[in-house]
Amino acid sequence: MILALLPEIVLAFWGIVVLLVAGVRHANADDQKLSGHLSLVGLLSALLVTGFMWFEQPGVVGPVQMMAVDAFRYAASSVVLLGAIMAVLVSLGYLGRERIVVPEYNALLLFGVVGMMIMCGAADMITVFLGIELMSLCVYVLVGVNRRSAAGAEGALKYFLLGAFAAGFLLYGIALIFGATGSTNLATIATRVSSLGLGTNVMFLAGVGLLLVGFGFKVAAVPFHMWTPDVYDGAPTPISGFMAAAVKAAAFAVMIRVFVVAFGGALEAWQDAMWWLALITMLVGNLMALAQRTVKRMLAYSSVGHAGYLLAAVASGSTAGAGAFLFYAVAYTLMTIGAFTVVGMAGQDGERNVTIDDFAGLGAAKPWLAFAMTVFMLSLLGFPGTGGFIGKWLILTSVVESGQWGLAVGLVLASLISAGFYLPVIMQMYMRPAFDAKAHDAMTAATTTRVVVAVATVLLLWFGFRPNEMLSLSQGASQDLVPAVTFTAADEAFVGQPVDR
Amino acid sequence: MSNFLQSIGYGTWVLDVLMIVPLLGAALLMFMPEATAKWTALWITLGEFIISVGLWWSFDPGTAAMQFEVVHEWIPAWGISYRLGLDGISIFMVLLTTFTMPLAVLGSWNYIKEKERGFYALMLVLTTGMLGVFLSLDLFVFYVFWEIMLIPMYFIIGVWGGTRKLYAALKFFVFTFAGSLLMLVAILVMYFIVGRATGTYSFEYAHLLNNVHAIREWALWLFIAFGVAFAIKVPIFPFHTWLPDAHVEAPTPGSVILAGILLKMGTYGFLRFALPFFPTTAMHPTVATVVVTLAVVGVVYGALVAMVQPDFKKLIAYSSVSHLGFVMLGIWALTAQSVQGAIIIMINHGISTAALFFLAGMLYERRHSRAISDFGGIARVVPMFSVVLTLVALSSIGLPGTNGFVGEFLVLLGSFSVYPVATAIATTGVIFAAAYLLWALQRMLFGPMVHEENRDLPDLSRRELIVLAPLRPAA
Repeated sequence: MILALLPEIVLAFWGIVVLLVAGVRHANADDQKLSGHLSLVGLLSALLVTGFMWFEQPGVVGPVQMMAVDAFRYAASSVVLLGAIMAVLVSLGYLGRERIVVPEYNALLLFGVVGMMIMCGAADMITVFLGIELMSLCVYVLVGVNRRSAAGAEGALKYFLLGAFAAGFLLYGIALIFGATGSTNLATIATRVSSLGLGTNVMFLAGVGLLLVGFGFKVAAVPFHMWTPDVYDGAPTPISGFMAAAVKAAAFAVMIRVFVVAFGGALEAWQDAMWWLALITMLVGNLMALAQRTVKRMLAYSSVGHAGYLLAAVASGSTAGAGAFLFYAVAYTLMTIGAFTVVGMAGQDGERNVTIDDFAGLGAAKPWLAFAMTVFMLSLLGFPGTGGFIGKWLILTSVVESGQWGLAVGLVLASLISAGFYLPVIMQMYMRPAFDAKAHDAMTAATTTRVVVAVATVLLLWFGFRPNEMLSLSQGASQDLVPAVTFTAADEAFVGQPVDR
Repeated sequence: MSNFLQSIGYGTWVLDVLMIVPLLGAALLMFMPEATAKWTALWITLGEFIISVGLWWSFDPGTAAMQFEVVHEWIPAWGISYRLGLDGISIFMVLLTTFTMPLAVLGSWNYIKEKERGFYALMLVLTTGMLGVFLSLDLFVFYVFWEIMLIPMYFIIGVWGGTRKLYAALKFFVFTFAGSLLMLVAILVMYFIVGRATGTYSFEYAHLLNNVHAIREWALWLFIAFGVAFAIKVPIFPFHTWLPDAHVEAPTPGSVILAGILLKMGTYGFLRFALPFFPTTAMHPTVATVVVTLAVVGVVYGALVAMVQPDFKKLIAYSSVSHLGFVMLGIWALTAQSVQGAIIIMINHGISTAALFFLAGMLYERRHSRAISDFGGIARVVPMFSVVLTLVALSSIGLPGTNGFVGEFLVLLGSFSVYPVATAIATTGVIFAAAYLLWALQRMLFGPMVHEENRDLPDLSRRELIVLAPLRPAA
């Protein structure tokens, strides 16, 4: 079934095209732009093919081997592609302004996205690992792509060392799971976990624990988040946004597949651990964000907090949680890349010095930009009227539905904490005068960047007021996720009983 | 009158029109020149008031059912529909809102001098938000309006407020947000429990209300979640600290709307949601003792703190804490008289406190000071102002013959049979009210003229009289 890999093949083809063109033309900013445009074409065609596969392909009959062919895969791939398209569009202007001429930038980004798409569809532990490594290797390089930036090099090295360490955990976890179940295929693992009653098997549990650590690192869950602020801070700003949105979305997609689908039969074994991981991640991430002075680090820690919200959706262990993840991932991609983009407009040299105070008076100087930033901040806060609210609402729904009310209360408390750093940005923009009349004159951006910000704003507001279509898409895609073999029995067993904590 | 209204199908469209007109007006304002902003806002809020007055005639007081109901599909997959309706409690709140808004616009006429367009647009959005809170009959919609209304108020305080505006705006936002997030979890929990028990998953108010028996097991926790959200808004005693800051720092129209309408959302929430959903929990002796104690503490504490305030606006703010304590006492006594009294206080407090804030704002415009000690003996300079201030103050005290008296008397009368001790203590609140307001009047209006600057303060202008005239219906 070569057709099942069509989106990945198309994208990899364009990645090679970009690489070849960049090999010939890599002299100046125009060449950089050319490879950017080519990768846009590649991403868009991959998105088209994904959409075609999603809605036209009836799906495969028979056992799934390496790649799942279900709506969840295509939905998650589309989210990743959306994030990549936004990142490339923003990079077009950003790289030019920062005078970063790195022709392999776009090729690496495309190959990274191929890795993410493999993660979204991985139906075997081998493909899971393959996808993660392909993605990670590309992103390690992208973090340090600005050779003039010492912080970028530091971030890249830190990310690489810790990432390699985490990959070890992941691999050892996969090996132990293989030892316990005798298979690397997720569907087979799922059947054996139930039929062999592995919920209390020590080898299986150790494997689950190691996988949790490995994934926890990729999604920046506390206490495996230490790399996040430095890496996001040092990376070029479009890459920070790309990492916060797409890398995280892909990691969560594979996490949901592994934990909810393959380990669904042993829900009791990992739900408590996930519960605590989610709670600690959202509280610590938001508390740390509260203490930050620069906007970029604040957004980095806030992305840790958002990882906590998504972990709560995973902890619900249900298809409702998977649907909530899909919706939230779309909204989160729009708002976090939007926010990073605005930060990217505010400063120079990697934006490491942009503090919240630098936004003072933006409301008067650039009303539309300030409005967009307000929408991003309110959406990150989860305020009604924005897509972020509907996403958070869905996560809350899945958490409450699975009876984990304590986690729901923790989630809203974490949101409350986050008001303490999202609102000051709005306050600075509207309620403080600018330092001087020319404070924001330098804040201009290429047309593509402006389009990204405008489209993200409009879509967030649209999803806030009319989420119906997106809701049914994400619900439908998550219903498709669960193979009939394992889940129905377990599903009946836990849905409907409040877990007392 | 009601025949005429019926002939134009008034009942079928009135709520939709009331909700949409301010929003359209706000959008329109963005395309209008800065100079005409206040006129546009005035005409829209006046039109809104005129439309809403028809409710008075077409409302059928003989039924407890919801009237003028309108339903639009919103997110059917989740059992969410945009559902509005009106009953005997909400009609007063709606009329209070539409009545206060044009006055608030007039009151900001000279006070707001910069970014006028944005200010009046926010006022109009705020109108829709407040009406939405009072009208919605779907808990999801209610939550959305309850939150959305925060944004315009946050900006009104934060952009046009006084010296400590950022602190006050953030505090106001965070306090309300904290309560409402817990309420959000409670709403979701109710939705799932009732959904599982009945098989129908819906956020509709009537559906949840008819199946409250299903949530009995969790009623205490749910009640606390709802109760804290509303208690912060009222505000009941330990949750009140955001109120003085927000009131003092807000521009005059902001304080007027805060005191006149926003505070009533809390007591409205108790009457509409917390009590009907969890009647046995709310009336459980322990819970009731806690609430009534806090209400009485609020009455006395608010009055005592008001007495020592050097700032006139802060004095009014603390007097609100005291008055709203009466309302809570009346609601929890749950006799026919006390609840009626509570609703009457809600309206009268809206009127008299709004007037007090207007007067404080007018003084501030003339003298750029709110400190009581900066005035003295100004009754000779501004006689008209002094007459109005004295009348409003007397009404706020609840002197017999003014509108303030009826509500407080009914609350005390109705509550005495249920909580005699608490009522007796609360009665002292009336005495303290006389003390702090009359003492403040004495220091500001009478006595020797100590500050030369006050010698040529201008008296009330015609616009200011128009603002104050409707607020002075002292019975």
